[in-house]
Amino acid sequence: MRELQKVDAMSREAPLIAWPSRDGSRVPFDVFTRADVFAREQEAIFRGPVWNYVALEAELPQAGDFKTSFVGDTPVVVSRAEDGSLHAFVNRCAHRGATVQRQASGNTRQHRCVYHQWCYNTRGELTGVPYRRGVPGMAGYAADFDVKDHGLRKLRIASHKGVIFATFNAGTADLETYLDEPLLAAIDRLFSRPVKVLGHMRQRVRGNWKLYAENTRDPYHAALLHGFHATFGTYRTNQKRTGGSDRARAHTTGSTFGDDWRTAPHSGDVGQDKIVASYSLADPSLMEGRPDFNDGVTVQITSIFPCLVVQQIMNTLATRHIRPKAADDFELYWTYFGYVDDDEQMTATRLKQANLVGPAGLISMEDSEAIELIQRAIVRDGQENAFLEFGGLNTDLDKDRQGEASVRAFWRYYARMMELSSTGVGT
Amino acid sequence: MNDAASPAYQAIQALEYRYARLLDDDRLEEWPDLFVERGIYKVIPRENCQRQPQLAILFCDSRAMMMDRVRSLREANVYNLHYPRHVVSNIEVLSATGSVFEVAACYTVYQTDLEGQTRLFSVGQYRDVITGDGSTLRFREKIAICDTFNIPNLLAIPL
Repeated sequence: MRELQKVDAMSREAPLIAWPSRDGSRVPFDVFTRADVFAREQEAIFRGPVWNYVALEAELPQAGDFKTSFVGDTPVVVSRAEDGSLHAFVNRCAHRGATVQRQASGNTRQHRCVYHQWCYNTRGELTGVPYRRGVPGMAGYAADFDVKDHGLRKLRIASHKGVIFATFNAGTADLETYLDEPLLAAIDRLFSRPVKVLGHMRQRVRGNWKLYAENTRDPYHAALLHGFHATFGTYRTNQKRTGGSDRARAHTTGSTFGDDWRTAPHSGDVGQDKIVASYSLADPSLMEGRPDFNDGVTVQITSIFPCLVVQQIMNTLATRHIRPKAADDFELYWTYFGYVDDDEQMTATRLKQANLVGPAGLISMEDSEAIELIQRAIVRDGQENAFLEFGGLNTDLDKDRQGEASVRAFWRYYARMMELSSTGVGT
Repeated sequence: MNDAASPAYQAIQALEYRYARLLDDDRLEEWPDLFVERGIYKVIPRENCQRQPQLAILFCDSRAMMMDRVRSLREANVYNLHYPRHVVSNIEVLSATGSVFEVAACYTVYQTDLEGQTRLFSVGQYRDVITGDGSTLRFREKIAICDTFNIPNLLAIPL
C-alpha cells in the first residue's frame, strides 16, 4: 500500500508529457489522445485564467431567458436575470448533482431540479427546498441550514459587444485585457450593429478539440485541402491578407481581401454594390451578395483561445463554439447571425450562403474529415510529433501570416498553460 | 389518398424509392432531375424549426444549384469515404390538390465505411411537395428535417 502511494506521488511530480520543443514546432500526438491530458486541460485551461465563449446576448434578449452551454466539458446555464444582468452557473444541482435545466434554451423565473425539487433563481441562487422545516414523518433540515450556502456554482461572466464569455477563475484578467487588440477590433467589426440569431448548426467530430483550434489558425491548408474555390473560380482574391494577434499570442485573427469587394465604390451606402458573378457555377446566385462592410474584407476568421472562432465568410456571419467532450471527441456548435436591420434580401443571401460553411459547407466540409483522419492514425506512437516548420521558425506573427506561425504560437501558449516544460530543441 | 393500391400513391412511392436508389447507387448526376427546374432541396436541423426563416445546413433553390453541389462533390470536396443507404418509410400523402401532393415520410440513412462498419448517420423526416401528372412526378420541394441535428463528422451525399 505504501509502495503504491509512493508511485502515485511520483507520477504526480513527473511531467504529464515530455514537451519536445520550446518553439512549438513539435507536438507529441499524446496530447490528442490521452485522457489524463484531457483531464488536466479541463483544470489548467478551461477552468484556468481564460475567458470561455458561452453564448450571444442576442440569444437571451429578455429577462428570464436562458441557454444551456458548456465551459470545457462542464455543462453551464447562461441566464438573464430580472434586472437584465447576465449570469452563468454550473448546471448541476447543489443537492445530489443532477442536471437542473434540461432544455437547450427558454424563458423561466426559476430553474427547478426534477429530482427533489430544489429551486434556483435566474442567478443560480437556491430559493427553496421542499419540506425544509419538515413535515410529519420527515424531519427536514436543521435550523442552521441556509439556502445561501447551497446555490449553484457561479462563474464570472462578461460580455463584449454582446458576445458572452465566462470564467471559473477569479484571477482571469478583465475580458478586454484578455482579448486584447486587434481581437477586440475584429469582434467590434462584426458586432458593431445589433445582431439577430438565424439558427444553429452542430457537428460531432471524432477528434481532439485542439486539432480544430489548430485548423482555424492554419492558412497553409486552406487552398490545399479545400477545392471548391479553385474548381469554380469563385475566390477572386488579390491575395492580400492581414492579421493580428494579442500580446500573449493566444488568439489570432486573419482577413482576406477580395478584388470584387475591394474595388467596390466606398460610399456611405455600403450594401448597394452588387458583386458581379461570372463563375463557372451553373447557378451563380450562391455567390451573389452585398458587402456588409466598407473595408473590402471577404473572409475574416478570428480564433479566441481556447474555444471560440468568429467567422465572416462573405455574408455568412457565425460564431463557432468548440465544445470538447473527450480526448477524441468534440462538438462544433455554430451560431449563425445577421443584423437586426437586415432587409429580406440580405437575410435570404445569408441563408443561401450558409451552404458555404458548416457541416455540409461547400468550401469547408473537409476540415472535420482531416481531423478525423489524424485521430484515426495516431492511436499509437504518442511520443512521435507533428512537424510544424512551414514558413520557417519565424516567430514574428506580424510578418508570417501564411505559414504555421500562428499554429506554433498556439502550442507555445498551450504548453505554458499546461505547465509542460520543454525538454528538447527550439528557441 | 393513402390507399397503397392507388396509382397516385404508387407513383409517389416510386419517386421516393427512386430518390433513395439514385443516391445509394452513386448516380448523383441524376439526382437533380427528380426535381422541377426551380425545385427546392433543404436539409434543416430540427432545432432550427421553431424559427422563421429556418436556417438550413444545405440549401438549393434550383436544379442548377443541385448540379453545382454534385459537381463540387465529384471534383472539389474531400469527405469521408462511405457507402450510403437511404431507407424511406411511413410515406403519407397529407394533401392532394389537383396534381400537387403534399407528402410526409421518414428517412433513415446509414453509412458504411470501407472496412464494412455501418453506423446510423441520420434519421428524420421528409416534407415534400410533389407535382406532375401520374407518370412523371417530380419534387417541387423536398425538405429533410434532421432529428440527428448533431451531424456526425459532415454531410456530403444529400439526405
